[in-house]
Amino acid sequence: MVPLGWYISLSVALFVIGAAGVLLRRNILVVLMSLELLLNSVNINFIAFGHYHADFRGQIFAIFVIAITAAEVAVALGILVALVRNRATLKIDDITLMKG
Amino acid sequence: MDQGFFLLFAAGAVVTALTVVLARNPVHSALALMACFLQISAIFILLEAPLLAVVQIFVYVGAIMVLFLFVIMMIDVREAVLQRFLPGSNLPALVLLVLLGVEMLVLVFRSDRLSATAPIATRGGDQIRQLSTTLFSDYLLPFEAASIILLAALVGAIVLARKEWP
Repeated sequence: MVPLGWYISLSVALFVIGAAGVLLRRNILVVLMSLELLLNSVNINFIAFGHYHADFRGQIFAIFVIAITAAEVAVALGILVALVRNRATLKIDDITLMKG
Repeated sequence: MDQGFFLLFAAGAVVTALTVVLARNPVHSALALMACFLQISAIFILLEAPLLAVVQIFVYVGAIMVLFLFVIMMIDVREAVLQRFLPGSNLPALVLLVLLGVEMLVLVFRSDRLSATAPIATRGGDQIRQLSTTLFSDYLLPFEAASIILLAALVGAIVLARKEWP
């Protein structure tokens, strides 16, 4: 039987790698992919805790996270296509129109 | 046996996740992310959540990554390949990430509640049937809200990506 801490360590590792992608990469596509990685590491946590406490709510939350992620990716890629059509750039440090 | 499989899939997931962040070409990142999602769905099977494993493969590998690959095909990624990371000093971000990871690991391994090796409670019977009964009775309202959010995202994505504005 695998200890619960192992699953959480895996999820920590994936979270840190995904956060590194979000903070350090220059290409906006890879930033979006790293966001997917972050959400997946959270899903591992939900399902691991749900399994060790024999509670279905972990899996149900993971299903909702997956549904919301699908919506988020559709909107984000729509914005990305519109952005590339108007500004023709994929570098996130070039997109400073809103002075963020 | 379980631990061996877990270590195998976890190592695969971490290596492919590192490939996502370090690869120069976005297409390589997308393919590595697809492999990472497959490893994570194998881990869901180890966690006795077969429904979630199948949903993960259908939604992430089947829908989301295909969407990513279509967008990569639509736009020109050659100019973004030249420089991987943000220009300037990335040291503060790296320090922040290392601190975050160390903090979470210390919290996990110093807590005795998280070192459980066997499930604290066990459940029996038809698990997917119980799961769907819970989902469609107690969580019916969030389920419908999720479907409305998906519809709104669908319409929004079509409007955002449309070429000509009225």
